[in-house]
Amino acid sequence: MAEKFDAIVVGAGPSGNAAAYTLARGGLKVLQIERGEYPGSKNVQGAILYADALERIIPDFREDAPLERHVIEQRMWMLDDSSYIGTHYRSADFDQPPYNRYTIIRAEFDKWFARKVRQAGALLITETTVRDLLLDGERVIGVQTDREGGAIYADVVVLADGVNSLLARKAGFRPELNPADVALAVKEIHFLPTETIEARFNLSGDAGVVIEMFGKITQGMMGTGFLYTNKESLTIGVGCMLSDFKSQKMTPSQLLENMKSHPSIAPLIAGGEMKEYAAHLIPEGGYNAVPKIAGEGWVIVGDSGMFVNAVHREGSNLAMTSGRLAAETLLELAQARLPYTARNLARYRRKLDESFVMKDLKKYRRLPSVFHRNPQFFTAYPELLSQAAQTLLRVDGEDKKSKERAIRRSFVARRSRFGLLGDAFKMWRAFE
Amino acid sequence: MHIVVCIKQVPDSAQIRVHPVTNTIMRQGVPAIVNPYDLFALEEALRLKDRHGGRVTVLTMGPPQAEDALRKCLTFGADEAILVTDRAFAGADTLATSYALAAAIRNIDRDAAVDLVFTGKQTIDGDTAQVGPGIAKRLDLQLLTYVSRVEQVDIAQRRLRVQRRAEGGVQVLETRLPCLITMLEGTNEMRFASMDNMFRAARCAVRIWDREAAGISDVSKIGLKGSPTVVSKVFAPQARARRAELIEAEGDAPRDLALTLINKLFTRNPKLRDAIVAQPS
Amino acid sequence: MSEPGTPARKGKGKYELDERLQSYKGVWVFVEHERGAVHPVSWELIGEGRKLADQLGVPLSGVVLGAPGLPTRRFCEEAFFHGADHCYLIEDAVLANYRNEPFTRGLTSLVETFKPEILLLGATTQGRDLAGSVATTLKTGLTADCTGLAIDPENRGLAASRPTFGGSLLCTILTLNYRPQMATVRPRVMAMPDRDASRRGTITEHPLGMIETDIVTKVLEYIPDNRQDTPQLPFADIIVAGGRGLKKPENFQLVWDLAMVLGAEVGASRPVVQAGWVEADRQVGQSGKTVRPKLYIAAGISGAVQHRVGMEGADVIVAINNDAGAPIFDFATYGIVGNAMTLLPALTEAFRQHIAMARVAS
Ligand SMILES: Cc1cc2nc3c(=O)[nH]c(=O)nc-3n(C[C@H](O)[C@H](O)[C@H](O)COP(=O)(O)OP(=O)(O)OC[C@H]3O[C@@H](n4cnc5c(N)ncnc54)[C@H](O)[C@@H]3O)c2cc1C
Ligand SMILES: Cc1cc2nc3c(=O)[nH]c(=O)nc-3n(C[C@H](O)[C@H](O)[C@H](O)COP(=O)(O)OP(=O)(O)OC[C@H]3O[C@@H](n4cnc5c(N)ncnc54)[C@H](O)[C@@H]3O)c2cc1C
Ligand SMILES: Nc1ncnc2c1ncn2[C@@H]1O[C@H](COP(=O)(O)O)[C@@H](O)[C@H]1O
Repeated sequence: MAEKFDAIVVGAGPSGNAAAYTLARGGLKVLQIERGEYPGSKNVQGAILYADALERIIPDFREDAPLERHVIEQRMWMLDDSSYIGTHYRSADFDQPPYNRYTIIRAEFDKWFARKVRQAGALLITETTVRDLLLDGERVIGVQTDREGGAIYADVVVLADGVNSLLARKAGFRPELNPADVALAVKEIHFLPTETIEARFNLSGDAGVVIEMFGKITQGMMGTGFLYTNKESLTIGVGCMLSDFKSQKMTPSQLLENMKSHPSIAPLIAGGEMKEYAAHLIPEGGYNAVPKIAGEGWVIVGDSGMFVNAVHREGSNLAMTSGRLAAETLLELAQARLPYTARNLARYRRKLDESFVMKDLKKYRRLPSVFHRNPQFFTAYPELLSQAAQTLLRVDGEDKKSKERAIRRSFVARRSRFGLLGDAFKMWRAFE
Repeated sequence: MHIVVCIKQVPDSAQIRVHPVTNTIMRQGVPAIVNPYDLFALEEALRLKDRHGGRVTVLTMGPPQAEDALRKCLTFGADEAILVTDRAFAGADTLATSYALAAAIRNIDRDAAVDLVFTGKQTIDGDTAQVGPGIAKRLDLQLLTYVSRVEQVDIAQRRLRVQRRAEGGVQVLETRLPCLITMLEGTNEMRFASMDNMFRAARCAVRIWDREAAGISDVSKIGLKGSPTVVSKVFAPQARARRAELIEAEGDAPRDLALTLINKLFTRNPKLRDAIVAQPS
Repeated sequence: MSEPGTPARKGKGKYELDERLQSYKGVWVFVEHERGAVHPVSWELIGEGRKLADQLGVPLSGVVLGAPGLPTRRFCEEAFFHGADHCYLIEDAVLANYRNEPFTRGLTSLVETFKPEILLLGATTQGRDLAGSVATTLKTGLTADCTGLAIDPENRGLAASRPTFGGSLLCTILTLNYRPQMATVRPRVMAMPDRDASRRGTITEHPLGMIETDIVTKVLEYIPDNRQDTPQLPFADIIVAGGRGLKKPENFQLVWDLAMVLGAEVGASRPVVQAGWVEADRQVGQSGKTVRPKLYIAAGISGAVQHRVGMEGADVIVAINNDAGAPIFDFATYGIVGNAMTLLPALTEAFRQHIAMARVAS
């Protein structure tokens, strides 16, 4: 006899774990299916964990979650070919518990989260891939896995299967991915002794630094690079729009190799032992790319629903929040003995709209297209800025006033006065 | 038939890193797996169960996380899993490990008589191939190491026939149950678990035994205390001073390089030249 | 072994050996034989045991167990020729074939009676089967698969070194307040000592005290390996080995071609074996075979430590690799930086011509 569950959650990333945990705590009979060898085994993230979203699910997560370092310093670097100009913001306030942001290693973090889910009462099956959704007309009634005896039934299926969401696409719930809406990111983990990391980044204890980078490292493509400190390793990566990779005929690994040899970056990672090279997509289409996220017997959460705030590099927190909100919706319906119809599940979208998830996505909805149509943000400006810095800082007998004039001239020469004004306006509008 | 399979959770040695200065092991991010050799033992046990009925118990001694390894074994079809875990076991060498495992097997045997114990050929972290023989001696079981095939089991007569890899050949051995088999690698292929087994494994409660539950009263026999061997030093393999003499030739044509090499090689090692020339063509 | 990550404190410095253990004296080597021939690892160990015994100023003994009718006395003699002073011999009909039970009983009883301080065995299927059983029966320590043996000057104990953690590190292991100190060593790790047929020694015979009906396990049959089919890598004089740098299974033929001309055995690195280009028996290295040829030619092999430990005992190593920075150049005798796919055929041809000319000349 095939098993029947109240809910099946496909995927054990942050969104699936948040949903399964909330559902199991709410007393439902939950099955979670993950294709990886263990949760997190194949998952890719920078990774910064934003405490707030997790705190709302597991308030005391700090007690045993595998957190690497809490972030006390954020650097923003704009790079040209040989230098960077940027800001470093470090505050002692960030070093006061409870900390707000942490670096994590997803393989460890997802495993921990999944353990919590199991403890909450959900059944987790790993190394098992969901191949299809089982449908009765329009209604989703279960999943088909790749194992013998693999049809399993449930009242509702939560699709938390990540950015590719083959299942949602197969079932026609979601359109194909548009290469202009997804970034392709690659990252590596470089292992270094703790003391080396602490010395290089001026750290002690569990404090950490993150560096966000943009400029010539993406070679004219729209994207950013990043470098995060973990306890015994550094995570370094870069991501650009998939459409750009295609048109530039550039491979992500080439891009990362170039970036690693940048004179500002190479010394930071020198001597490390590289492990774990991984590539992954990030949905960056923003507000306008969010598909239909609920229907007859199904809901979509996390990356599968395109909930990523590319501007602030937030994804896991949106994933966890959407997972939690979807689960809360399901629990409310279960309590009210209402069926999981598309109509009833529309509450989930309303909850999301009221949350920071949709509010933030809405706020930046113009940004993807602004950047897309204006590559100068990733090419000309970084170069100009760092040249300007160099002109100003080099002591060579020229007076500062003439230097400033030269800088102004160089900006106008690359980009007309109107262009400069227009760019400023576009940015303001997009961020507003 | 009741079969106990001893398995160990090990760090995936292909991914081990060494701290360049302190020469200590950096474990972070190194995945833990079921010792690959043990899966051949488990599969062989499951095949015997398929043929003759009975049950398979998987047993490990290790830290609490080793439960993951046991659960994995359950998915393949093991019926029960026991984790022997206690701080007092820390630092055990093979003598102390076999003591603890033997005690646990005696305990299992008290509930349901054990006919056969399997271990892997060796572990990829300890690499000693000693724990299996150790358990057999402590339990006074017949020991069959490096078994490549279980040819026949006659449960009524309590007899078993196996092929064992020996130096330069294969021994066909017959013995009486109960006995302990250490299974050679590459002898079978692990099955793909069914959905039912996945469910069963996910729901099955792994039994956790501490020192007392495992029936061990004498703490001087386990852990660091019960281990005759101690590691006095860990060090990196010495870098050789001798660097290769590079063979170079004008234009680097392969033929010229080859001739230059042969010339050097044979002038400096005339005996080697003689041996090569003398061998029958 | 206990966790090598953190050396145990009790391993450091001096310690006082229990009085009852001070009577354990002498170094022993178990002489392993099968089908009427001694495994060469036993002689390698006699060579190594000689050094240890000399350092300690104690006698070196071989241990031979076998059935009447087997050339056990000749084995003892050979042990003397290779460096032993003495042999312990148990002859009994039940020792006709190797079996765990009677051999464990015999060796254990010898140890209990004559009390050696060090007992060495080959890390073969027989040696490991026996060593694990004997060590557990005697409740003493055993260090497996050692690559180096020495006497700790501080306490006259055996300091046994072996690879640990996937071979990236070595560790030294001591057996403290237990005797004998046991270790197994893989074939070809130690050099073969010179044979001196003028050496003599003494033999002590000892009874086994078992009859066939005491022994549960029976050997029904012994199927010898077909020598032609199984590569005899550990004892080959010349080995040509290929690695992942050969890129495609077809290219591995170039290794066979050169081996054919040289009358060499073919070896391989692990990735090549795992990809199924050649049989597992041909893997050289930590998880494969240890070899000690006169000449080892490595083509497209990077020289990772796990490979190196299996072949660095070669007299001459020739490395072909297109990356001048490959680690193999750090320990090879000769290096050619270049493409193996063109260099291997060139070498094959050049060797062929050289050999043909030399034969014509003689
Ligand atoms: C390079 C990079 C850096 C990032 N950095 C950050 C950051 O610093 N901070 C941040 O908050 N976010 C970051 N993100 C975004 C964040 O990783 C994602 O938003 C988040 O992982 C989404 O979680 P999810 O649960 O929806 O999907 P995922 O984490 O992708 O999980 C999906 C899970 O479903 C499983 N699965 C998929 N299909 C099936 C199937 N058919 N059957 C069974 N299982 C299936 C997968 O194996 C996987 O475990 C980054 C992303 C990338 C790629
Ligand atoms: C626990 C453990 C046990 C192991 N045991 C063993 C073992 O027993 N034996 C073993 O071999 N390995 C073993 N390994 C694996 C070992 O670490 C290495 O990965 C392996 O030896 C590498 O094999 P390789 O040199 O063929 O391949 P690679 O490391 O990929 O090297 C290929 C080499 O070929 C060169 N090359 C490429 N193209 C050409 C060309 N056209 N011409 C010439 N050269 C070229 C490259 O420069 C490179 O140096 C073990 C690893 C672990 C963790
Ligand atoms: N801690 C352990 N728990 C269970 N089984 C073990 C343990 N250590 C070793 N074994 C078993 O003994 C075999 C030989 O291990 P080793 O002597 O470490 O090479 C392994 O293949 C396992 O089957």
